[in-house]
Amino acid sequence: MNGKITKTIAIECLRYDPQTDAAPRYQTYEVPFTDEMSVLEGLQYIKDHLDGSLTFRWSCRMAICGSCGGMLNGVPKLSCESFLRDYYPEGVRIEPLNHFPIQRDLAIDQSDFLLKLRSVKAYLIPEAPKPVGEGTFLQTPQQLDDYYQYSKCINCLLCYAACPQYGLDRDFTGPGALALLHRYNADSRDAGKAERMELVNADEGVWGCTLVSYCSEVCPKGVDPARAVNQNKVESTKDYFLRFVAPRRSK
Amino acid sequence: MQVIQSDVVIIGGGGAGLRAAIAACERDSRLRVALVSKVVPMRSHTVAAEGGAAGVTRGDDSLQYHFDDTVSGGDWLCDQSVVEYFVAHCHEELVRLEHWGCPWSRQADGNINVRFFGGMKVPRTWFAADRSGFHILHTLFQTSLKYPGIKRYDEYFCVEVLVDDGRVRGVLAIEVATGEFVVFESPAVVLCTGGAGRVYRQNTNAGTVTGDGMGLAFRAGVPLRDLEFMQYHPTCLPGTGILMTEACRGEGAILVNKDGYRYLQDYGLGPLDPWPRVKAMELGPRDRLSQAFWHEMKKGRTIATPQGPAVHLDLRHLGAKKIHERLPLIAEAAHTFSGVDAVKEPIPVCPAVHYTMGGILTNVRCETPLPGLYAAGECASVGIHGANRLGSNSLTELVVFGRVAGEQAAHFALGAPRRAGSVLRQAQPTADRMLAMLRNEQGERLAVARDEMRDSMEAGAGIYRTKEGIEETCRKLAELRERYRRGIRLDDRGRAFNTEWLTAIELGNMLEVAQALAHSALERRESRGAHMRLDYEARDDVNFLKHSLACRRGEEPPRIDYMPVTITKSSPRARVYGGEGKQAVLT
Repeated sequence: MNGKITKTIAIECLRYDPQTDAAPRYQTYEVPFTDEMSVLEGLQYIKDHLDGSLTFRWSCRMAICGSCGGMLNGVPKLSCESFLRDYYPEGVRIEPLNHFPIQRDLAIDQSDFLLKLRSVKAYLIPEAPKPVGEGTFLQTPQQLDDYYQYSKCINCLLCYAACPQYGLDRDFTGPGALALLHRYNADSRDAGKAERMELVNADEGVWGCTLVSYCSEVCPKGVDPARAVNQNKVESTKDYFLRFVAPRRSK
Repeated sequence: MQVIQSDVVIIGGGGAGLRAAIAACERDSRLRVALVSKVVPMRSHTVAAEGGAAGVTRGDDSLQYHFDDTVSGGDWLCDQSVVEYFVAHCHEELVRLEHWGCPWSRQADGNINVRFFGGMKVPRTWFAADRSGFHILHTLFQTSLKYPGIKRYDEYFCVEVLVDDGRVRGVLAIEVATGEFVVFESPAVVLCTGGAGRVYRQNTNAGTVTGDGMGLAFRAGVPLRDLEFMQYHPTCLPGTGILMTEACRGEGAILVNKDGYRYLQDYGLGPLDPWPRVKAMELGPRDRLSQAFWHEMKKGRTIATPQGPAVHLDLRHLGAKKIHERLPLIAEAAHTFSGVDAVKEPIPVCPAVHYTMGGILTNVRCETPLPGLYAAGECASVGIHGANRLGSNSLTELVVFGRVAGEQAAHFALGAPRRAGSVLRQAQPTADRMLAMLRNEQGERLAVARDEMRDSMEAGAGIYRTKEGIEETCRKLAELRERYRRGIRLDDRGRAFNTEWLTAIELGNMLEVAQALAHSALERRESRGAHMRLDYEARDDVNFLKHSLACRRGEEPPRIDYMPVTITKSSPRARVYGGEGKQAVLT
């Protein structure tokens, strides 16, 4: 904190320690703040000066590591790029990201997403192994553009917190992992699409999506997972039209 | 206490750790590789690197040029045999990242595009927009998912390297979620834990960059080399220290003081024209640029902002298209964190602590003096950065030496005999000491001691240093270590997901690393690269063309020893930038 402090704001945090608490509760802290202070800095102030037991994740402070997502007044956001001034004077309520088990306070269990990332084969599967001595693949700026947007996913999981379908059915692969699946399918260097289509077509694949598109709205990096999912619905339809379209549409 | 058997344990899941894990698996797919990280790998600080990774690529570039730029950039404190190995292996590792899917920026014909960075004779920086570290990290992480031999232990915090009879036996870690202790028993351990920038206050580094591995190695008896060389990045947002990549200047941005004057011409980086010009003005090296800022500040020619003095980084003449295409993250960050539209206004910037040039002593095979212990990446001092790292050498370092460390550790593990006797005997005393921290009823708040350390480092071991200033910092650090021993009183007494506890353990590492840094700085009575002494303004090759080695002496301050620098083909000369050099063609 550098500027002159003249105001305080109420930060209400969900507290929950599964080891000792029967149920989550809320605790409010009065935090002095300046205009340039992020919500994350507010949480850090609490941890440093008021209550060292408040638990949350953070790291880069510049919206690239994906650690510090939370529900800010009910909206999934990165706390490092949200500012206390925007919640003044009413205050802000911070809860862990929706739809994930709580590990402690604001820290959620992200292991489900990590398993899904592996399951969608989010890595390049080339046609044939290419010796390093042969140099790089050629890829034009246009070909790069075809997938680049989807490669910007920082795995912050805000889209999962925004996804009503994931809230209902944890088996649904979900927006982030499906966007990364599409990122590799759309890469000119990749030949793994056929392997991934199995997952795209499955119950927990793209057809689980009910097209609410809130995932794209909350994405802090403009990845637009809803668009990725939709493009794969087209692909899935092409491949398996008769078998899949009719039953899933009724959902 | 749970004991997990592994062949290779890697601590840290950033660029170096992931590359090491993949290399170990590729060396022998039967090896059990444990990747232990205090954060899920894609949260590691590699993610925040912006500009790019150096590798000789163009026809008009050469390994000799890359070598020369690196050695002169490092003010002749690089180990030249290691630099030779490094420059020869950069390109292949960047190609390998490309084969794994890294979305490098391209030329129209589909070939890799390269850009200029400071201190470069020819452009050789591969970049993925200005999210190069992010893409390298995610490419490595996602690629690592292919290897069944890599078993990840995400959010396990390593607290000790276990040593028995002069050899590594494994590590002791805390599972963050439960607070339970876990021993990873293994003949080979690779430290890839990143730098120690957080011992300072104003910082480009993530909160996780707390010198853990340096502290671990130091306590295991391994010296820390050249720690006095701490890089200040010249262009960061005042207050937060958020990085505005050097690629801004590589793309043509300029630096001006409060009078709109390109002040770098007053500090041996001019003349202004022809411009842009290689290794001149804004394309000078980081140490020189940060030092020039300090002088401007002393002359009262900086701009006062609520977050402190600044100069202006002006991108406006690049135009909206180039800014959004080449520097999208910068435009976004300047807007979010400074409220500045980089297309329309200059960005206020100042120097902030950025990179730890020194670190755990290793040779070119990434071996530390302790058999079985390896180190790679920012936590290591393999010998390529000398007294000042050139921008874009460190991302390449992660993959070049991450691979070496993984292969060497795998090789060592395959030949290592299994040790008899329980490893728990080594682990128990540390575990008891850690648990005692939770019961401590005396002592001060964690943040108080931490902030005093940071302010003291900033004051005494900053861009310019004096004997008196560093001595005061050394005194303060000794006092803080004593206070730390007396106790930090934690609010949080449970074991499960107790981040206050882990932060207190980090502080223990940081105090020792800070002390090693300050004492190394005190003893180096010369100015070289990023280590500038107002009381010894010249470089002194007679007495100080040598590496410092901070050696641990328990509760006492470290002893500072020295070792020779390896010089193969480039004898120390004056470091010259600016001048009427070749005009640079920015693409």
